Amino acid sequence: MENNKIKFNKFYKTFNLASALLVLISIFFLFFKGLNFGVDFKGGTLIELRATDKQINISSLRNAFSNMNLGDVAIKKFGKEYDYLIKFEKKDSDQNLIQNIKNELTKKLGSGYEIRRVENVGPKVSAELLKGGLIAIAAALGAMLFYIWIRFEWQFSIGAIAALFHDVILTMGFFSIFSLEVNLSIVAAILTIVGYSMNDTVVIFDRVRENLKKHIDIKIFDLTNISINETLSRTIITSVTTLLALLSIFFFGGEILKGFSLAMILGVIFGTYSSIYIANPILVLFKVSYKTVSKEEKD
Amino acid sequence: MLYFSKLRIAFILLVSIILTFFTLSNFTNFENNIIDKKINLGLDLQGGSYLLLEIDNTPVIIKELQNKSLQIKNLLKEKNLNIKNIKVTDDNFITFISESETINEIEKIFNDKEESINPYYERFKSFKYDIYVEENLFRLQLSKYGLIDLKNSSLDQAIEIVRRRVDEVGTNEPNILKRGNDRILVELPGLDDPMRIKNLLGKTANLTFRFISSTSDENFGTEKIEFEDGTEIANVSKRIVLSGENLIDAQPRMDNQNNQTVVSFTLDRVGAKRFGKATTQGVGQRLAIVLDGKIISAPVVREPIVSGAGQITGDFTFQTATDLALLLRSGALPAPMNIIEERTVGPDLGEDSIKAGIFALIIGFVLVISFMIFKYRIFGLIANTALILNLFFLVGILTLFEATLTLPGIAGIILTVGMAVDANVLIFERIKEEKFNEKNQIVAFDSGYVKSRTAIIDANITTFIAAFILFFLGSGPIKGFSVTLGVGILTTLFSVYFIARMLTAMYLMKNKTREINI
Repeated sequence: MENNKIKFNKFYKTFNLASALLVLISIFFLFFKGLNFGVDFKGGTLIELRATDKQINISSLRNAFSNMNLGDVAIKKFGKEYDYLIKFEKKDSDQNLIQNIKNELTKKLGSGYEIRRVENVGPKVSAELLKGGLIAIAAALGAMLFYIWIRFEWQFSIGAIAALFHDVILTMGFFSIFSLEVNLSIVAAILTIVGYSMNDTVVIFDRVRENLKKHIDIKIFDLTNISINETLSRTIITSVTTLLALLSIFFFGGEILKGFSLAMILGVIFGTYSSIYIANPILVLFKVSYKTVSKEEKD
Repeated sequence: MLYFSKLRIAFILLVSIILTFFTLSNFTNFENNIIDKKINLGLDLQGGSYLLLEIDNTPVIIKELQNKSLQIKNLLKEKNLNIKNIKVTDDNFITFISESETINEIEKIFNDKEESINPYYERFKSFKYDIYVEENLFRLQLSKYGLIDLKNSSLDQAIEIVRRRVDEVGTNEPNILKRGNDRILVELPGLDDPMRIKNLLGKTANLTFRFISSTSDENFGTEKIEFEDGTEIANVSKRIVLSGENLIDAQPRMDNQNNQTVVSFTLDRVGAKRFGKATTQGVGQRLAIVLDGKIISAPVVREPIVSGAGQITGDFTFQTATDLALLLRSGALPAPMNIIEERTVGPDLGEDSIKAGIFALIIGFVLVISFMIFKYRIFGLIANTALILNLFFLVGILTLFEATLTLPGIAGIILTVGMAVDANVLIFERIKEEKFNEKNQIVAFDSGYVKSRTAIIDANITTFIAAFILFFLGSGPIKGFSVTLGVGILTTLFSVYFIARMLTAMYLMKNKTREINI
């Protein structure tokens, strides 16, 4: 069997450099531009509206909302042609807010619209949700760290964790650069990415470990390449089936799941790439050898 | 790995049949409640309203401190211990000054576990109040547990009132739960406009009947209160003739004499007596009906009302009178509540979400299945059979536990479809490799299963960890995602190691003599 079909290891350096650059760009954007938080994390009100009267459009909506004293009102199309998403940050919690808005809208636009969804999150709750989301991501990373720590030698752990951070940072960086909305479901997507990235790395690492014992004479640089090639068809098939599922959510699962599935699509792509080009070069960097895996084996 | 005993086959069949049965039970109705189970649809799928209410306990705390300072004053007076300047400060302390000889004696009373003035919580090893003594200045503050105790009892009262109000409106299967020690979660399935409920829950419904003072100067016993319509400000006595607690019933009614909508009420015995006495003495005076700090109306008492029944007039429509009667029947909240989070999804959007979700599931499913057949032919068929059953198992388990399915939950199912084939792919790829070195194909298949096991378990544990954390730290719809993702992993392992493996073994036994290629 040809175990060395593709020379992945020839490009370790090039891709490491590219990754480092992308990570830096992502961090730069996360730091200076930040994330576009949705109402879950920023607080405020979101209204999804469907116009049954075809005369209603963005400018007439903007006009209607302009003198309701709601502060900055963002209005955009949402999926289907006559669906709109209206967002604003109004801090005081007026219980009649939605009713007042409905009355005003009806006065200006007539009754040719339908409110399909309302989300109103107070500042206290949004701060808690953000904190909860960060805790969840930290807990997931911590749990993965722990799992890797009991499961592998430290060189492997560092490789897997580096790949993990790479994937999470790039995904979030992407959301920052393109100002995509970050809400609760993005946190769920990131946790799933964490799981997937780990899963992909661990499968290759398992093979590296097995091969270290099988081919004592082969250097780690080539050994990683053999292992990547041996697991390559699995890596590709699983990525493809997962992406097929995610793409069908993205295209057909409705507007609400768009950001969520996009984050996961990115995560799967980054995760697959990083298992090969981040996790493995780190094993090379630490000069992992037969000795690394043999001294901790009890049997 | 490839041997299946009859018992094991029977077990696999049994589990498969049970879970498939529960999956199908979503589409039929059975008489029997034990087997007639259905997946609950989350509010984002069936439409409805989610409200998170927070109790503002400030008035409860102030009331507690005022009562406590009064109790302290009386107790110490009884014991002949002189104190002066007892008051409640703005930062929620009770302070007073004692004589220097009695400092120790007073301190002892507050630190006595038997004494009821400062209750001791055995469970928390803490008093209700923390005491600070500086020379002869005493400062008392609610302790951490004292505050929690106070909040909990206010929450208990509030949730009861909330339940009554929501029940009176008659919505479909409301879900009312405590959150922490000062929040109440109200889920109202099927409600697309929560306006009325929000209005009802936003009112404390503190009702008092008080006489309007004849003089217009504000003094110690009176306070200025505005009329609800904003037309007039009256000087109202602080002495409460009657409060909402004395009401046993309230109903909206049409007053035939002047064609007005009124709220008629019935008083309990104590209330009737007090009301009778007060109205006897107060003929000719105006009696203000005060609700949540606003005067609804202030009719002149024409004759003593001793029947224990009366009516509240005001500028009511039938709807507002109905709501006021409802509020009075259900009682006053111990403290005002604010709605700090609201999420409402209209039934149309919910239906659209279900349609989109199911459509995406079908597309995803067909794509994955086609890809597997294209890639593995007969073994793709085996993997696909396992995948289809996996879907039945997943839905079956969700049904069995009557879990709540949300839109992200559907996404979790679709994702499971994409990731579930991974285990079979790992196995098939391994078998291919093993066959390369091993002439006996049964041995090759066997070791393919054995050697791929660690990778499969590792891969699934990592995803499971993510789902597990999300389940405990996520909220609402996201929780639904973690449930389907987590349960999906378990059913995937079952379908791969029992269904697909059994089918592989059967296929292998049938084609013993032939070379099999994956």
